[in-house]
Amino acid sequence: MKKNKILSPHEKYLLGVKKNKLAVRLWQAGLLVGFIGLWELTTRIGWVDPFFTSSPSQIAVTFVELMADDFIYHIGVTLLECIIGFTISMTVGCAIAILLWMSGFARRVAEPYLVVLNALPKIALGPLLIIWVGSGAKAIVLMAVLICIVVTIISVLEGLCSTAPDKILLLRSMGAGRLQILRYAVLPSAVPTFLSVLKINVGLAWVGTIMGEYLVSGAGLGYLIVYGGQVFKTDLVMTATVTLCVLAGAMYGAVALTEKLYVRRKKKRRVSPKINKTHNPDNGIKKSDDFVKADNGKN
Amino acid sequence: MSDILTLDGVALSYHTTEGETEALAGVTFSVKRGEFLSIVGPSGCGKTTVLSVVAGLLKPTAGKVTLDGREVTAPHGDVGYMLQKDTLFEWLTISANVELGLRVQKKLTEENRAYARALLEKYGLGEFAEHYPSQLSGGMRQRAALIRTLAFRPKLLLLDEPFSALDFQTRLDVADDVGKIIRQEGLTALLVTHDVPEAVGMGDRVIVLTPRPAVVKKIFTVPVSGTLSQKRTDPAVNELSEAVWQELRTG
Repeated sequence: MKKNKILSPHEKYLLGVKKNKLAVRLWQAGLLVGFIGLWELTTRIGWVDPFFTSSPSQIAVTFVELMADDFIYHIGVTLLECIIGFTISMTVGCAIAILLWMSGFARRVAEPYLVVLNALPKIALGPLLIIWVGSGAKAIVLMAVLICIVVTIISVLEGLCSTAPDKILLLRSMGAGRLQILRYAVLPSAVPTFLSVLKINVGLAWVGTIMGEYLVSGAGLGYLIVYGGQVFKTDLVMTATVTLCVLAGAMYGAVALTEKLYVRRKKKRRVSPKINKTHNPDNGIKKSDDFVKADNGKN
Repeated sequence: MSDILTLDGVALSYHTTEGETEALAGVTFSVKRGEFLSIVGPSGCGKTTVLSVVAGLLKPTAGKVTLDGREVTAPHGDVGYMLQKDTLFEWLTISANVELGLRVQKKLTEENRAYARALLEKYGLGEFAEHYPSQLSGGMRQRAALIRTLAFRPKLLLLDEPFSALDFQTRLDVADDVGKIIRQEGLTALLVTHDVPEAVGMGDRVIVLTPRPAVVKKIFTVPVSGTLSQKRTDPAVNELSEAVWQELRTG
């Protein structure tokens, strides 16, 4: 009965939310269009020298030219390196985090090393990487892994360790072993952490890949950017950079979508029927209960 | 009736870098099969430690715990532990939660699943079997937690202030409810609480512990049987509650 009263202000509220969302989207699109327009305009009328900044139209032309050439190959190389680096650091990082969770002793031994490795600018290891694995794609992937893996280990380990202690206590009282505790309580509790690490790593994997390509590489977007810079071809640099933006955005979007699907599934559990209100008015115990009734009868 | 659980001079000390804390100093009591035993004591006296020792989660420094004829030295899975919070796993459905103990103990047979299912039905949670814990009220969650501990047929139930997280009104109902289910299933239970009326109302006997390091100070036998709600108004029960209070206060 209350609903009709509430509904109208609520509808207003929903409308407001919708409008606000639309405004944000419009502003986002507007800014992009405005920026590109301004960029094009200022270079056309000569306020800015396109030699330094390139221009949207030149980027488009360069893009078409490059596509006719071997741009796809360069994109493929970078994308592959990035995905391999990302996958390796996620799997190996999570595996190491789990092993460290299993052994409190190992965890304490490893702690200062993780802290130092985390603080170390991984780019400093670049020359060493080249000596170790050569100046090919291996070094680039390794750079991406180095950058991602420490953060992965630290964050996932923290997620694993923050499992509610009473859940672990309960499982232990049931006679569960360490692996069972991991499987039934710790891993499921750490899923949200895992998803956020996934998102962080998408960004870091790109940093690592491009950094690696700056160092070594004979192909890839990072290579094109460095090469373009050296020969003052800003069109090339800008085209590769814009492409990079799109790729990184798409990859992040894919991961974010995964998270969204997970959260939605979780939300579904929360939202659906409000049992406690509709079914049983007080604490949800009295009604559906033959034995209580029988007992009450005795009184 | 035979004793299902015996504690014989159980002592336990915690060691930290700051020093040694003596939690239990020779606790001795026994629980009969089918009995409901309440333990009360001043806060921080090591009540929960007693339950941990019985569950095998903590090893006593001295003394012996015998459960159903076997000495307890490690976690054995023969006890159903109910904690202050219901500790339902929010990512599992109610039926998956209830089957958790069976799964952990690798006893998830069709027969045991049917038993778990029957318990849910019997105690009014059947239609919520495929719901998630967050969709249930506090009372129903605590009941689901109880069914989870019943489902793998433990020899003994350990209740560690299982109602203290609930609000007062709900608390009485849930305590009553849980007490009835435990009696109906003919189970042996060990309840730890700081709530004297709850201890007296639910238990057949009430053990009073001394402040830390705890020993058994006195054991009261509750003269009336029945459910918590029935006993609550009984003058004999109130008198006993008063006596237990006195015993607690004169630490």
